[in-house]
Amino acid sequence: MTTAPAKAGWRFRQPSVIPGFGLTLGFSLAYLTLIILIPLSGLVWRSAALGWADFWAIATDRRTINALEISFGTAFIAAAVNVVFGTIVAWVLVRYNFPGRRIVDAMVDLPFALPTAVAGIALTTLYAPNGWLGSLLAPLGIKVAYTPLGIVIALIFIGLPFVVRTVQPIMEEIDKEVEEVAATLGANRFQTIARVLLPGLAPAIVTGFALAFARGVGEYGSVIFIAGNLPYKSEIAPLLIVIRLEEYNYAAATAIAAIMLALSFVMLLVINLVQTWSRKRYG
Amino acid sequence: MEVRVANVRKEFERFPALHDVSLDIKSGELIALLGPSGSGKTTLLRLIAGLERPTKGTIFFGEEDASQKSIQERNVGFVFQHYALFRHMTVADNIGFGLKVRHGPTRPSAQEIRRRASELLDLVQLSGLEKRYPAQLSGGQRQRVALARAMAIEPAVLLLDEPFGALDAQVRRELRRWLRDIHDATGYTTVFVTHDQEEALELADRVVVMSQGSIEQVGTADEIYDTPNSPFVYGFIGESSSLPVKIEDGQVWIADRPIGLSAPQAPQGEATLFFRPHDVELVDECNGCIAGTVAASRRVAGTRRVELEIGGERQRVEVELPVDHPAAQKSRVAFRPRRWKLFPAV
Repeated sequence: MTTAPAKAGWRFRQPSVIPGFGLTLGFSLAYLTLIILIPLSGLVWRSAALGWADFWAIATDRRTINALEISFGTAFIAAAVNVVFGTIVAWVLVRYNFPGRRIVDAMVDLPFALPTAVAGIALTTLYAPNGWLGSLLAPLGIKVAYTPLGIVIALIFIGLPFVVRTVQPIMEEIDKEVEEVAATLGANRFQTIARVLLPGLAPAIVTGFALAFARGVGEYGSVIFIAGNLPYKSEIAPLLIVIRLEEYNYAAATAIAAIMLALSFVMLLVINLVQTWSRKRYG
Repeated sequence: MEVRVANVRKEFERFPALHDVSLDIKSGELIALLGPSGSGKTTLLRLIAGLERPTKGTIFFGEEDASQKSIQERNVGFVFQHYALFRHMTVADNIGFGLKVRHGPTRPSAQEIRRRASELLDLVQLSGLEKRYPAQLSGGQRQRVALARAMAIEPAVLLLDEPFGALDAQVRRELRRWLRDIHDATGYTTVFVTHDQEEALELADRVVVMSQGSIEQVGTADEIYDTPNSPFVYGFIGESSSLPVKIEDGQVWIADRPIGLSAPQAPQGEATLFFRPHDVELVDECNGCIAGTVAASRRVAGTRRVELEIGGERQRVEVELPVDHPAAQKSRVAFRPRRWKLFPAV
């Protein structure tokens, strides 16, 4: 068979003989542009109108930096906590059959459905110094409501379903034989979990972390009730944006938003790369 | 190591999977558990491994009662049909896993583990694939890695659950010979489960035929094939035909005619006659023989298989004829089994 000379230039690899590639790609691009790209570029454009010096002044403002630190810091901690406990919850739901399992399973999704303000108010009532849990913690010198700790708790609540729901389906696919083989090779339960099961779940856990983290960074409704919103101490970046908006300081609001956007994008990109790498490795 | 299964019974939620099974496996033996699905062969294998606990009975490894030991302590090598390799580990890490999880002084150094892994890879003829991941191997290669991993811990017994079940016929035959060679080279006591009788008869020193949670017969390939001890084994191993017959005066009768087979030892009354379709003698004059009308005739590889209807009941049996035999053209064929066996009618 003779091979035709390679065509000059770059072209799409024909994905499949079944039609649909052009249509669906076109739709996806149009859709993403409309829904995500245009609003976000509007945001960047507005903040660009600010001029570099002003932008830099807002970006390096102590209050902005603190708000960003609090937002990203608490979201990171909450996502990390959710990774541990969300994985355990998923494990219990997948592995064990107990009365009420279905109900627990449904309960996991509640933070998805509940208006976040309701969650925030409920948590504040619980953890306020005179609340049920707050009054128990107060004598120990632990203050939850109106501190960053309160923000972390609200974000744990909000982020839990993301971890559980991404890890659960992968966990269901774990082959029981893999565990049995590990046992016959002499591995105890701890070794089996640490060396055999968790590495297989790692990509799903990273995804769950990324989702919970992203959600936590952007969370507003539940946090503002429990955070106390003290500037420099427990004020989150989304709240600062709202405050600037209420001051009709649109430029400052969009500048902070643009910074958040850039930071989030970089972090999600890194997480995505980690994932691609682990997928490639573990097939 | 010798393995002795003594009066083991296993129930799953009151449903008996094994009834009172006893089996002695000699040290260094290669033994096959053969049976249809649901016969309890995999359950027996898992009981030996310790992956299940017997409801009753004991399993001895040598003189020791292994039933009291955990899976980890039993030191068995188990190979699953679908390999069960650790996907996130390289081939070398998979093989070294059993050594790496050991504690204290029994754990070899990292270097020693690496050396063992590549030694085992040589043994399973996969030298140089240490750094690959399971996803990058073919089915046959994965199963070799799984076997190497099981042998890395120098197991007391090697247990293989349908090891070649997921592979295509060509690879299967190849691996069969290869497993025999490995067994001869290493001498591990090996038990494997299969539903493929060809595999069992060709590979094993002894075959354990199982049915409905019980052992039907234990013996070498010759014993199992030539002297089956039950209608099940006769029917399950190799080709067979059966006919309802009657024993009278030490003669075998079909309907009201003796068929020229004498059975002086057999008790009077109803019985079932078993014979192999290829082990018959064609006769011209039916003077004490089985005769039937040809109902169907099929060419199967080197022979012609003819289905005959016998007697008024139109019982169907199969016999094998040479391809060019004139009888294949006739509408009636008469024959007499050369080797046969009678079992009391059920």
